[in-house]
Amino acid sequence: MTIPQARQLGRPLMNLVKFKGTPILQQLRLEERLLRNSSDNWCIINDGTNIPAIVMGLSGKPSELLEIRSVLRDQIPVVRRFTGGGTVIVDHGTIFVTLICNREAVPTVQPYPRSIMQWSSLLYNEVFQGIGDFKLRENDYVFGNHKFGGNAQSITKDRWIHHTSFLWEYEARNMAYLKLPTRAPEYRLVRNHMDFLCGMKDYLPRSAFISKTVEAIENHFLTKPVIMDIDAVTSGTDYVHTTKLLSEQELEEAYARELSGEIPVSNLMI
Amino acid sequence: MALRMWASSTANALRVSSSRTHLSPALSLSRCFSSVLDGLKYASSHEWVKHEGSVATIGITDHAQDHLGEVVFVELPETGGSVAATKGFGAVESVKATSDINSPISGEVIEVNTKLTETPGLINSSPYEDGWMIKIKPSSPAELESLMGAKEYTKFCEEEDASH
Repeated sequence: MTIPQARQLGRPLMNLVKFKGTPILQQLRLEERLLRNSSDNWCIINDGTNIPAIVMGLSGKPSELLEIRSVLRDQIPVVRRFTGGGTVIVDHGTIFVTLICNREAVPTVQPYPRSIMQWSSLLYNEVFQGIGDFKLRENDYVFGNHKFGGNAQSITKDRWIHHTSFLWEYEARNMAYLKLPTRAPEYRLVRNHMDFLCGMKDYLPRSAFISKTVEAIENHFLTKPVIMDIDAVTSGTDYVHTTKLLSEQELEEAYARELSGEIPVSNLMI
Repeated sequence: MALRMWASSTANALRVSSSRTHLSPALSLSRCFSSVLDGLKYASSHEWVKHEGSVATIGITDHAQDHLGEVVFVELPETGGSVAATKGFGAVESVKATSDINSPISGEVIEVNTKLTETPGLINSSPYEDGWMIKIKPSSPAELESLMGAKEYTKFCEEEDASH
Protein backbone atom coordinates (compact mmCIF):
# COMPACT_ATOMS: atom_id res chain seq x y z
CA MET A 1 0.00 0.00 0.00
CA THR A 2 1.32 3.45 -0.81
CA ILE A 3 1.50 6.23 1.73
CA PRO A 4 -1.28 8.23 0.06
CA GLN A 5 -3.55 5.17 0.14
CA ALA A 6 -2.82 4.64 3.82
CA ARG A 7 -3.51 8.24 4.62
CA GLN A 8 -6.91 7.91 2.95
CA LEU A 9 -7.75 5.44 5.69
CA GLY A 10 -6.93 8.16 8.24
CA ARG A 11 -3.97 6.42 9.83
CA PRO A 12 -0.33 6.95 8.98
CA LEU A 13 1.65 3.96 7.80
CA MET A 14 4.01 2.27 10.27
CA ASN A 15 6.49 -0.47 9.50
CA LEU A 16 6.28 -3.24 12.10
CA VAL A 17 9.40 -5.28 12.74
CA LYS A 18 9.53 -8.13 15.23
CA PHE A 19 12.67 -9.73 16.58
CA LYS A 20 13.30 -12.34 19.21
CA GLY A 21 16.51 -12.49 21.19
CA THR A 22 18.31 -9.86 19.09
CA PRO A 23 21.37 -8.40 20.86
CA ILE A 24 20.49 -5.06 22.42
CA LEU A 25 23.50 -3.28 20.94
CA GLN A 26 22.40 -4.28 17.46
CA GLN A 27 18.81 -3.26 18.14
CA LEU A 28 19.86 0.17 19.39
CA ARG A 29 22.15 0.76 16.43
CA LEU A 30 19.31 -0.14 14.07
CA GLU A 31 17.01 2.28 15.88
CA GLU A 32 19.55 5.08 15.71
CA ARG A 33 19.93 4.57 11.97
CA LEU A 34 16.19 4.46 11.40
CA LEU A 35 15.65 7.64 13.41
CA ARG A 36 18.32 9.54 11.51
CA ASN A 37 18.24 8.02 8.03
CA SER A 38 14.67 6.88 7.41
CA SER A 39 11.60 8.97 6.74
CA ASP A 40 9.17 6.14 7.63
CA ASN A 41 7.43 5.41 10.90
CA TRP A 42 8.64 2.26 12.63
CA CYS A 43 7.60 -0.01 15.44
CA ILE A 44 10.23 -2.47 16.61
CA ILE A 45 9.46 -5.23 19.07
CA ASN A 46 12.31 -7.37 20.38
CA ASP A 47 11.09 -10.23 22.54
CA GLY A 48 14.03 -10.63 24.89
CA THR A 49 17.71 -10.08 24.24
CA ASN A 50 20.22 -12.90 23.98
CA ILE A 51 22.61 -12.16 26.86
CA PRO A 52 22.44 -9.89 29.90
CA ALA A 53 23.72 -6.41 29.17
CA ILE A 54 23.78 -3.08 30.94
CA VAL A 55 22.42 -0.14 28.97
CA MET A 56 23.12 3.43 30.10
CA GLY A 57 21.65 6.65 28.76
CA LEU A 58 23.70 9.11 26.72
CA SER A 59 25.15 10.90 29.72
CA GLY A 60 25.58 7.87 31.92
CA LYS A 61 28.82 7.58 33.92
CA PRO A 62 29.86 4.02 34.80
CA SER A 63 31.44 5.07 38.09
CA GLU A 64 28.16 6.61 39.28
CA LEU A 65 25.81 3.96 37.99
CA LEU A 66 27.58 0.61 38.05
CA GLU A 67 29.34 -1.74 40.43
CA ILE A 68 32.23 -1.75 37.99
CA ARG A 69 34.31 -4.36 39.80
CA SER A 70 31.50 -6.94 39.48
CA VAL A 71 30.75 -5.88 35.93
CA LEU A 72 34.40 -6.40 34.92
CA ARG A 73 34.69 -9.65 36.86
CA ASP A 74 31.62 -11.14 35.17
CA GLN A 75 32.30 -9.49 31.80
CA ILE A 76 28.86 -7.95 31.48
CA PRO A 77 28.64 -5.85 28.30
CA VAL A 78 27.95 -2.15 28.96
CA VAL A 79 26.26 -0.15 26.22
CA ARG A 80 25.83 3.62 26.10
CA ARG A 81 22.74 4.32 23.99
CA PHE A 82 21.87 7.38 21.94
CA THR A 83 18.76 8.25 23.93
CA GLY A 84 18.55 9.90 27.33
CA GLY A 85 17.38 8.42 30.58
CA GLY A 86 18.65 5.98 33.11
CA THR A 87 20.41 2.65 33.38
CA VAL A 88 18.88 -0.78 32.98
CA ILE A 89 20.13 -4.33 32.91
CA VAL A 90 18.40 -6.31 30.21
CA ASP A 91 18.24 -9.99 29.32
CA HIS A 92 15.89 -12.65 27.95
CA GLY A 93 13.24 -11.44 30.41
CA THR A 94 13.10 -7.95 28.90
CA ILE A 95 10.67 -7.08 26.11
CA PHE A 96 11.54 -4.01 24.06
CA VAL A 97 8.99 -1.88 22.25
CA THR A 98 10.16 1.06 20.16
CA LEU A 99 8.20 3.68 18.27
CA ILE A 100 9.93 5.92 15.74
CA CYS A 101 7.58 8.58 14.38
CA ASN A 102 7.60 11.50 12.03
CA ARG A 103 6.37 14.54 13.86
CA GLU A 104 3.57 14.93 11.32
CA ALA A 105 2.42 11.35 11.92
CA VAL A 106 1.25 12.29 15.39
CA PRO A 107 0.41 15.98 14.95
CA THR A 108 -1.22 16.36 18.38
CA VAL A 109 2.10 15.53 20.06
CA GLN A 110 4.68 18.26 20.47
CA PRO A 111 8.27 17.09 19.96
CA TYR A 112 9.16 17.38 23.64
CA PRO A 113 9.74 14.68 26.25
CA ARG A 114 6.65 15.16 28.38
CA SER A 115 4.27 15.42 25.44
CA ILE A 116 5.63 12.23 23.85
CA MET A 117 5.61 10.44 27.20
CA GLN A 118 1.98 11.42 27.82
CA TRP A 119 0.93 10.19 24.38
CA SER A 120 2.72 6.90 24.92
CA SER A 121 0.89 6.37 28.21
CA LEU A 122 -2.44 6.71 26.40
CA LEU A 123 -1.35 4.00 24.00
CA TYR A 124 -0.29 1.68 26.79
CA ASN A 125 -3.49 2.45 28.70
CA GLU A 126 -5.16 0.59 25.86
CA VAL A 127 -2.74 -2.34 26.28
CA PHE A 128 -3.20 -2.65 30.02
CA GLN A 129 -6.86 -1.77 30.28
CA GLY A 130 -8.27 -3.74 33.17
CA ILE A 131 -4.88 -5.20 34.01
CA GLY A 132 -3.22 -4.19 37.24
CA ASP A 133 -3.22 -0.59 38.35
CA PHE A 134 -1.32 0.63 35.27
CA LYS A 135 -0.23 4.22 35.00
CA LEU A 136 2.54 6.48 33.85
CA ARG A 137 4.20 7.65 37.03
CA GLU A 138 6.70 10.47 36.49
CA ASN A 139 8.44 8.85 33.50
CA ASP A 140 7.95 5.17 34.29
CA TYR A 141 5.25 2.65 33.57
CA VAL A 142 4.06 1.16 36.85
CA PHE A 143 1.57 -1.18 38.37
CA GLY A 144 0.65 0.67 41.53
CA ASN A 145 3.98 2.06 42.67
CA HIS A 146 6.14 -0.69 41.20
CA LYS A 147 8.02 0.05 38.00
CA PHE A 148 7.97 -2.47 35.18
CA GLY A 149 8.69 -0.27 32.17
CA GLY A 150 11.48 2.26 31.65
CA ASN A 151 11.36 4.86 28.90
CA ALA A 152 13.84 6.88 26.89
CA GLN A 153 13.63 9.18 23.92
CA SER A 154 15.59 11.02 21.30
CA ILE A 155 14.08 13.97 19.49
CA THR A 156 15.27 15.46 16.21
CA LYS A 157 13.83 18.35 14.24
CA ASP A 158 11.17 16.31 12.45
CA ARG A 159 11.17 12.88 14.13
CA TRP A 160 11.30 11.27 17.50
CA ILE A 161 11.88 7.88 19.04
CA HIS A 162 10.27 6.60 22.21
CA HIS A 163 11.53 3.24 23.37
CA THR A 164 10.64 1.18 26.37
CA SER A 165 12.22 -1.77 28.12
CA PHE A 166 9.52 -3.82 29.78
CA LEU A 167 10.43 -6.19 32.58
CA TRP A 168 8.67 -9.45 31.90
CA GLU A 169 10.74 -10.94 34.65
CA TYR A 170 14.21 -10.28 35.96
CA GLU A 171 17.07 -11.93 37.75
CA ALA A 172 17.54 -10.46 41.20
CA ARG A 173 21.27 -11.14 41.06
CA ASN A 174 21.60 -8.98 37.93
CA MET A 175 20.37 -5.95 39.82
CA ALA A 176 23.52 -6.22 41.92
CA TYR A 177 25.51 -4.77 39.01
CA LEU A 178 23.66 -1.47 39.33
CA LYS A 179 24.17 1.14 42.00
CA LEU A 180 21.21 3.03 43.35
CA PRO A 181 20.97 6.02 41.00
CA THR A 182 21.61 9.49 42.41
CA ARG A 183 18.89 10.82 40.16
CA ALA A 184 15.74 8.83 40.85
CA PRO A 185 12.00 9.47 40.56
CA GLU A 186 10.38 10.85 43.69
CA TYR A 187 7.94 7.99 43.99
CA ARG A 188 10.83 5.56 44.31
CA LEU A 189 11.57 6.96 47.79
CA VAL A 190 14.63 5.02 49.00
CA ARG A 191 13.54 1.60 47.83
CA ASN A 192 16.13 -0.81 46.55
CA HIS A 193 15.73 -2.47 43.17
CA MET A 194 13.81 -5.47 44.53
CA ASP A 195 11.25 -3.32 46.35
CA PHE A 196 10.91 -0.85 43.50
CA LEU A 197 10.50 -3.13 40.48
CA CYS A 198 7.99 -5.75 39.44
CA GLY A 199 7.63 -8.10 36.48
CA MET A 200 4.76 -8.24 34.00
CA LYS A 201 4.54 -12.01 34.24
CA ASP A 202 2.30 -11.74 37.27
CA TYR A 203 -0.23 -9.78 35.23
CA LEU A 204 -0.61 -11.22 31.74
CA PRO A 205 0.92 -13.83 29.42
CA ARG A 206 3.96 -12.74 27.45
CA SER A 207 2.35 -13.36 24.07
CA ALA A 208 -0.75 -11.45 25.17
CA PHE A 209 1.33 -8.38 26.00
CA ILE A 210 2.90 -8.39 22.55
CA SER A 211 -0.38 -8.96 20.71
CA LYS A 212 -2.20 -6.31 22.76
CA THR A 213 0.63 -3.86 22.07
CA VAL A 214 0.37 -4.47 18.33
CA GLU A 215 -3.41 -4.06 18.56
CA ALA A 216 -3.06 -0.73 20.36
CA ILE A 217 -0.54 0.51 17.79
CA GLU A 218 -2.94 -0.52 15.02
CA ASN A 219 -5.57 1.76 16.55
CA HIS A 220 -3.32 4.67 15.65
CA PHE A 221 -1.31 3.48 12.65
CA LEU A 222 -1.74 1.27 9.63
CA THR A 223 0.94 -1.33 10.30
CA LYS A 224 2.92 -3.07 7.60
CA PRO A 225 4.91 -6.12 8.73
CA VAL A 226 8.51 -5.94 7.58
CA ILE A 227 10.92 -8.86 7.62
CA MET A 228 14.36 -7.42 8.24
CA ASP A 229 17.83 -8.89 8.09
CA ILE A 230 19.22 -6.84 10.95
CA ASP A 231 22.78 -8.01 10.29
CA ALA A 232 22.63 -6.71 6.74
CA VAL A 233 21.10 -3.38 7.78
CA THR A 234 23.51 -2.64 10.63
CA SER A 235 26.73 -4.06 9.26
CA GLY A 236 27.71 -1.16 7.01
CA THR A 237 30.41 1.26 8.08
CA ASP A 238 28.78 4.26 6.44
CA TYR A 239 27.03 5.42 9.58
CA VAL A 240 28.86 6.54 12.71
CA HIS A 241 26.78 5.48 15.69
CA THR A 242 26.50 7.34 18.94
CA THR A 243 25.42 4.07 20.54
CA LYS A 244 28.53 2.23 21.60
CA LEU A 245 29.79 -0.70 23.56
CA LEU A 246 32.14 0.47 26.29
CA SER A 247 35.51 -1.20 26.16
CA GLU A 248 37.10 -3.05 29.03
CA GLN A 249 39.74 -0.34 29.11
CA GLU A 250 37.15 2.39 29.51
CA LEU A 251 35.54 0.52 32.38
CA GLU A 252 38.89 -0.14 34.02
CA GLU A 253 39.82 3.53 33.77
CA ALA A 254 36.48 4.50 35.31
CA TYR A 255 37.06 2.03 38.12
CA ALA A 256 40.57 3.36 38.70
CA ARG A 257 39.22 6.90 39.05
CA GLU A 258 36.61 5.65 41.47
CA LEU A 259 39.22 3.91 43.62
CA SER A 260 41.48 6.95 43.60
CA GLY A 261 38.70 8.90 45.23
CA GLU A 262 37.82 11.04 42.24
CA ILE A 263 34.34 9.59 42.36
CA PRO A 264 32.60 8.60 45.60
CA VAL A 265 31.97 4.88 45.96
CA SER A 266 28.37 4.29 46.97
CA ASN A 267 27.30 1.42 49.17
CA LEU A 268 25.83 -1.56 47.41
CA MET A 269 22.20 -2.07 48.37
CA ILE A 270 20.17 -5.02 47.23
CA MET B 1 33.77 14.90 16.91
CA ALA B 2 31.47 16.62 19.37
CA LEU B 3 32.90 17.83 22.65
CA ARG B 4 31.05 15.91 25.33
CA MET B 5 30.29 18.10 28.26
CA TRP B 6 29.47 16.06 31.33
CA ALA B 7 27.17 17.83 33.64
CA SER B 8 26.11 17.85 37.20
CA SER B 9 22.48 17.16 37.92
CA THR B 10 22.46 19.36 40.99
CA ALA B 11 21.49 22.60 39.31
CA ASN B 12 17.99 23.71 40.22
CA ALA B 13 15.91 24.47 37.18
CA LEU B 14 14.38 27.84 37.63
CA ARG B 15 11.24 28.22 35.67
CA VAL B 16 10.94 31.50 33.78
CA SER B 17 7.65 33.24 34.39
CA SER B 18 6.03 35.83 32.19
CA SER B 19 5.08 37.61 35.39
CA ARG B 20 8.69 38.58 36.24
CA THR B 21 9.06 42.32 36.71
CA HIS B 22 12.81 42.60 37.14
CA LEU B 23 13.65 41.96 33.51
CA SER B 24 15.52 44.39 31.30
CA PRO B 25 13.55 46.97 29.31
CA ALA B 26 14.46 45.11 26.13
CA LEU B 27 12.38 42.14 27.22
CA SER B 28 9.12 41.51 25.43
CA LEU B 29 6.69 39.60 27.57
CA SER B 30 4.63 37.26 25.54
CA ARG B 31 1.14 36.23 26.37
CA CYS B 32 2.29 32.65 26.60
CA PHE B 33 4.25 31.27 29.52
CA SER B 34 7.70 31.83 28.00
CA SER B 35 9.68 35.02 27.51
CA VAL B 36 11.00 36.34 24.23
CA LEU B 37 13.72 38.99 23.88
CA ASP B 38 13.67 41.85 21.43
CA GLY B 39 16.76 42.22 19.32
CA LEU B 40 17.26 38.48 18.77
CA LYS B 41 16.30 36.35 15.80
CA TYR B 42 14.51 33.06 16.21
CA ALA B 43 14.31 29.74 14.37
CA SER B 44 11.17 27.64 14.13
CA SER B 45 13.11 24.90 15.96
CA HIS B 46 13.31 27.26 18.97
CA GLU B 47 16.90 28.43 18.88
CA TRP B 48 17.84 32.11 19.13
CA VAL B 49 20.71 34.01 17.58
CA LYS B 50 22.19 37.35 18.63
CA HIS B 51 24.20 38.98 15.87
CA GLU B 52 26.78 41.52 16.99
CA GLY B 53 29.23 42.60 14.33
CA SER B 54 31.20 39.58 13.16
CA VAL B 55 30.02 37.29 15.97
CA ALA B 56 26.71 35.50 16.44
CA THR B 57 25.74 33.89 19.74
CA ILE B 58 23.34 30.95 19.72
CA GLY B 59 21.23 29.26 22.35
CA ILE B 60 17.78 27.78 22.88
CA THR B 61 14.77 29.84 23.80
CA ASP B 62 12.84 30.07 27.03
CA HIS B 63 9.96 28.27 25.30
CA ALA B 64 12.28 25.39 24.45
CA GLN B 65 13.84 25.07 27.89
CA ASP B 66 10.43 25.17 29.51
CA HIS B 67 9.12 22.38 27.32
CA LEU B 68 12.27 20.29 27.65
CA GLY B 69 12.41 20.30 31.43
CA GLU B 70 15.54 20.23 33.58
CA VAL B 71 18.61 19.99 31.37
CA VAL B 72 21.16 17.59 32.83
CA PHE B 73 23.69 17.21 30.04
CA VAL B 74 24.82 19.21 27.03
CA GLU B 75 26.77 18.03 24.01
CA LEU B 76 28.35 20.83 21.98
CA PRO B 77 30.76 21.03 19.04
CA GLU B 78 34.42 21.89 19.33
CA THR B 79 35.79 25.28 18.40
CA GLY B 80 37.04 25.39 14.85
CA GLY B 81 34.22 23.21 13.65
CA SER B 82 31.44 24.45 11.41
CA VAL B 83 27.69 24.59 11.80
CA ALA B 84 25.10 24.76 9.02
CA ALA B 85 21.74 26.51 9.02
CA THR B 86 18.87 24.21 10.10
CA LYS B 87 21.28 21.36 10.83
CA GLY B 88 22.01 19.87 14.23
CA PHE B 89 25.16 20.91 16.05
CA GLY B 90 24.65 19.34 19.43
CA ALA B 91 22.15 17.95 21.88
CA VAL B 92 20.71 18.45 25.32
CA GLU B 93 19.49 15.76 27.65
CA SER B 94 16.47 16.44 29.81
CA VAL B 95 13.99 14.15 31.53
CA LYS B 96 14.53 10.92 29.59
CA ALA B 97 15.27 12.48 26.23
CA THR B 98 18.13 13.71 24.10
CA SER B 99 17.02 16.59 21.89
CA ASP B 100 18.91 17.95 18.92
CA ILE B 101 19.92 21.59 18.86
CA ASN B 102 19.86 23.06 15.37
CA SER B 103 21.83 26.07 14.21
CA PRO B 104 19.76 28.99 12.93
CA ILE B 105 22.62 30.12 10.67
CA SER B 106 25.87 28.78 9.21
CA GLY B 107 29.35 29.60 10.38
CA GLU B 108 32.53 28.62 12.18
CA VAL B 109 32.44 27.88 15.89
CA ILE B 110 34.75 30.31 17.67
CA GLU B 111 33.70 29.78 21.27
CA VAL B 112 31.76 27.22 23.29
CA ASN B 113 30.16 27.91 26.68
CA THR B 114 32.27 25.76 28.98
CA LYS B 115 30.17 26.71 32.03
CA LEU B 116 27.54 24.31 30.74
CA THR B 117 29.86 21.43 31.65
CA GLU B 118 29.23 21.74 35.36
CA THR B 119 26.03 23.77 35.28
CA PRO B 120 23.77 22.67 32.42
CA GLY B 121 20.85 24.14 34.38
CA LEU B 122 21.97 27.57 33.18
CA ILE B 123 20.04 26.72 30.03
CA ASN B 124 16.90 26.56 32.17
CA SER B 125 17.58 29.49 34.48
CA SER B 126 19.15 31.88 31.96
CA PRO B 127 18.43 30.69 28.40
CA TYR B 128 19.28 34.03 26.77
CA GLU B 129 22.29 35.02 28.87
CA ASP B 130 24.39 32.62 30.94
CA GLY B 131 22.89 29.64 29.10
CA TRP B 132 24.27 30.62 25.68
CA MET B 133 25.73 27.64 23.85
CA ILE B 134 28.07 28.64 21.05
CA LYS B 135 29.47 31.71 19.38
CA ILE B 136 30.10 31.56 15.66
CA LYS B 137 31.57 33.64 12.88
CA PRO B 138 28.63 33.71 10.43
CA SER B 139 29.49 32.60 6.90
CA SER B 140 26.22 33.81 5.35
CA PRO B 141 24.77 36.71 7.36
CA ALA B 142 21.89 36.92 4.87
CA GLU B 143 20.50 33.78 6.52
CA LEU B 144 19.43 35.97 9.43
CA GLU B 145 16.77 37.53 7.22
CA SER B 146 14.86 34.28 6.99
CA LEU B 147 14.56 34.01 10.78
CA MET B 148 11.72 35.36 12.91
CA GLY B 149 11.77 38.51 14.98
CA ALA B 150 10.47 38.65 18.54
CA LYS B 151 6.83 39.40 17.69
CA GLU B 152 6.66 36.78 14.98
CA TYR B 153 8.30 34.17 17.22
CA THR B 154 5.94 34.95 20.09
CA LYS B 155 2.98 34.39 17.80
CA PHE B 156 4.60 31.21 16.47
CA CYS B 157 4.92 29.79 20.00
CA GLU B 158 1.35 30.67 20.89
CA GLU B 159 0.02 29.03 17.75
CA GLU B 160 2.16 25.96 18.26
CA ASP B 161 1.02 25.49 21.85
CA ALA B 162 -2.60 26.17 20.96
CA SER B 163 -2.61 23.53 18.24
CA HIS B 164 -1.57 20.74 20.64
